[in-house]
Amino acid sequence: MMAVLTTLLLTGGLIFFLGGAVGILRFPDFYARLHPAGKLDTMGLLLTLGAMALYTAAGGRLGDWLTAIKILLIVALVFITSPTATHAIVDAGVRAGLSPWMREDEGTEHDLAA
Amino acid sequence: MTHPVAPGIRSRFGLSFWLTFIICMITWLVLSGMFDLFHTGLGALSSFGVAWINGHNFAPGAGLGRTLGQWARFAAYVPWLVWQIWRASLHVLILTFDPRMMRRINPRIVSFKSRLNNEMGLFILANSITLTPGTITVFASVFGRFTVHTIDDASAEGLPGKMEERVARIFEA
Repeated sequence: MMAVLTTLLLTGGLIFFLGGAVGILRFPDFYARLHPAGKLDTMGLLLTLGAMALYTAAGGRLGDWLTAIKILLIVALVFITSPTATHAIVDAGVRAGLSPWMREDEGTEHDLAA
Repeated sequence: MTHPVAPGIRSRFGLSFWLTFIICMITWLVLSGMFDLFHTGLGALSSFGVAWINGHNFAPGAGLGRTLGQWARFAAYVPWLVWQIWRASLHVLILTFDPRMMRRINPRIVSFKSRLNNEMGLFILANSITLTPGTITVFASVFGRFTVHTIDDASAEGLPGKMEERVARIFEA
């Protein structure tokens, strides 16, 4: 039972990681690419590490639980640092004066630096 | 930034000190995983040191009861946030593998003024927006002006709306 659940979570996480990698290649510009890069990775990490924590905790001994809690602490760390890093990258783009890709048929131009 | 220390937690060994000590000690025990006298003793010693120097920072300004309430409401906010992240992640994942992706996305820069008025609330809102796939906070000022990059119309729709409301609720009362 635990093995099935872990496998499902791991597979789901890997699909998100794959989506992140494909997204970086497919999306049109620097800013759009950050969406799959920064966030699908976070989701993939949550699922894969969640699977590992579950699998470890299933051992049932105290040491196993401590290891599971440590893994969850890693998830918490990533949930704080990942948006910060993503924001730093976006900010670097804005400071360098790169304007985002927009659809041509929408017309209106936006100036990020304004 | 300096906060005036609220009355009642002024004493060095007040409740604030002990809460800091207990949290440090739990962290130590979880990370070390050794429960013999020597290792727990080291942990107690360093936890004491941290709480001695830093204990009053646990409840800056607002007072201890309020801070604890905020922590509790923040803890209630996290599961909701994870649920939002999960929903939005699926949306971006489907977008990524869609052959007609280039016709479905519509990147935009959305600006809005947040009604949150404290820095921690703005920080949590900015990070929550960035964590949710489809939206990235480009800029957030201390006065609540937000600039957000959104990937498509569905992601832009929810801004700031419900998320801001939830964050505001953490700091209520």
